[in-house]
Amino acid sequence: MVKLAEWRGKELFRKYGVPVPTGRVVRSAEEGERAAASGSVPLPCVVKAQVLAGGRGKGGAVRFANSPSEVHAATAAILGLEFKGEKVREVLLEGKVAIGRELYLAIALDRSLRSPVLMASAEGGVEIETVADGAVDRQPIDPFPGITGFERRRAARTLGLSGGLANELDPILRALWALFQAEDAELVEINPLAVVGDHLLALDSKVIIEDDAGFRHPEYAEIRDDRTPLEEIAREKEIAFVQLDGNIGVIANGAGLTMATLDVLMELGGKPGVFLDLGGTDDPKKVTEAFLLMAEARPNAVFLNIFGGVTRCDTVATGLVAAMRQVPEANRFPLVARIRGNNEKEGIEILRAAGVTSVPDLRASAEAVVAAAGGGR
Amino acid sequence: MSVLVDASTRVVVQGITGHQGTVHTAQMRAFGTHVVAGVTPGKAGSTVEGVPVFDAVRDAVERTGANASCIFVPAPFAKDALLEAVDAGIRLCVIVTEHIPFHDMLVMYRYARANGARIIGPNCPGIAAPGKAKVGIIPNVVFRPGRVGVISRSGTLTYEIVNGIKEHGLGQSTCIGLGGDPVVGTSFVDALPFFEADPETDLLVLVGEIGGTAEEDAAEYIQHHFSKPVVAYIAGRAAPPGKRMGHAGAIIARGRGTAATKVAALDRAGARVARFPYEVPQMVAEIVAARAPR
Repeated sequence: MVKLAEWRGKELFRKYGVPVPTGRVVRSAEEGERAAASGSVPLPCVVKAQVLAGGRGKGGAVRFANSPSEVHAATAAILGLEFKGEKVREVLLEGKVAIGRELYLAIALDRSLRSPVLMASAEGGVEIETVADGAVDRQPIDPFPGITGFERRRAARTLGLSGGLANELDPILRALWALFQAEDAELVEINPLAVVGDHLLALDSKVIIEDDAGFRHPEYAEIRDDRTPLEEIAREKEIAFVQLDGNIGVIANGAGLTMATLDVLMELGGKPGVFLDLGGTDDPKKVTEAFLLMAEARPNAVFLNIFGGVTRCDTVATGLVAAMRQVPEANRFPLVARIRGNNEKEGIEILRAAGVTSVPDLRASAEAVVAAAGGGR
Repeated sequence: MSVLVDASTRVVVQGITGHQGTVHTAQMRAFGTHVVAGVTPGKAGSTVEGVPVFDAVRDAVERTGANASCIFVPAPFAKDALLEAVDAGIRLCVIVTEHIPFHDMLVMYRYARANGARIIGPNCPGIAAPGKAKVGIIPNVVFRPGRVGVISRSGTLTYEIVNGIKEHGLGQSTCIGLGGDPVVGTSFVDALPFFEADPETDLLVLVGEIGGTAEEDAAEYIQHHFSKPVVAYIAGRAAPPGKRMGHAGAIIARGRGTAATKVAALDRAGARVARFPYEVPQMVAEIVAARAPR
């Protein structure tokens, strides 16, 4: 998933017709000062750190400024911050507005209903998880008719809007729905949607784009989230790779088996560090690449746990043996292999010829790798 | 009787000329499945593994009486493939393809439901009833005919557990892999009634994972509507919150869908919940032994 920074979300809001304050994203204090001096950002203004974590207001990551020099100072201060582990690299400057009521609007996927839901609450401006269930109205939206008039009227009633404000809400809801569908979003959230005088204004944005629709949205490919450098390389090679704080490397195939392997290792006192999910592949080269990537993570020991379906055991064994020859002496590690399923016998034979024994029992093999990594009980 | 597939199942493979389509057509036939047709637009007139290929699903249905589809079509074209199958009158569609955008799946699910068709998947290993038929990619070697039903959200973990059941000298009635995506055509709750009604299923194995609330929903259903013994396993107890563990579904978000809430719900519903995958076949064997007439 790609979580968009507030300013990117607001650019999408602008594009689809959700009203947002006049503003601009800047990357240095000087750029901020110039923007304020030139009038492209109205004064007084709000200076907001562009980080993905919530709670910016309380955390000193949102400030106010009345003059270009104050903008300079506030931007400089915020750009130096590390907010909840995230370094601030961008700052959004926006004209300050007189906020009346704060409302909440979002469209998200409800997996159990297998439907998008429109969520509306009159209690906006706080984290929605803290709002009582009864104060959040949830309407499933059927993709076939899309968001309908009666659904939009019900949302207006939930938010306590009537007259001109209800009329303004209507196109905002249409825009939100259009954005949710056309951008392949997992979540589109406005919190708060503020009543400012006689108008509605989206003061914050939260937009999450789904990964699987990347083939029709190349524009999101360059926006990275919180991957480590090795995770990034793995992503480019289409290998699912997760780094944790441990010393056992795990190469498995399939999310379920990968997680089950993690469960077993933890229970036996092991500390899994890197998880590499081969997925379904019958290309030995991909296995070799995965193994070399694992070697770069420098684990104390590696557990190869494969149940062959689409991925055949002999393919894995062949790729593994090729990789073992390429790993430099200094990066070598103890290996415990367990390969079961399609072409199991052929795979075991290939490993045996290279001096690796496959342990068929899951518990026994997991115990062996925990011992090899120097942990466990 | 088995669940959703049986000896009368006639499969059309959509995307049969691709590598996976070809390989698994052979595997399905080796399982004993009637694979009667393949579809790849532009490849009509050719054959794959002796199976005739058509340009359109409608042609395949008219000429071969196909009544189930197995879809291997790449993600960008999978939505169209499913809509075509449903439009041609197919009422059981197994979608193996992974990485289908969930927005596409929302439309596919609505269209199938409106037309009385069932989707299994996407991103799933499919369904198999040993001795009868298999639609999908579960390795043939793990199966043996028997009386244990299996429903799972996982792929390879399903193979692991089904194989374990076989190694304990038992067999399976029907095994369904639901797929690990956020939006699936068939959920645990959708599948459970079939196993309740199936006279060939004595007990059920349910394999879940972290993320979403499908297992909690299943527990609720089991408590009130399911009379057969259930053995469950939830993968991802040790997974860190917020990290995506491969499946789009396998992520703990905002404290929801944790292993703990799922295990507790299943426990309350009277299921035996295994801590490890290798405990599942042991528990199944214990239940079978306890029920056996002395």
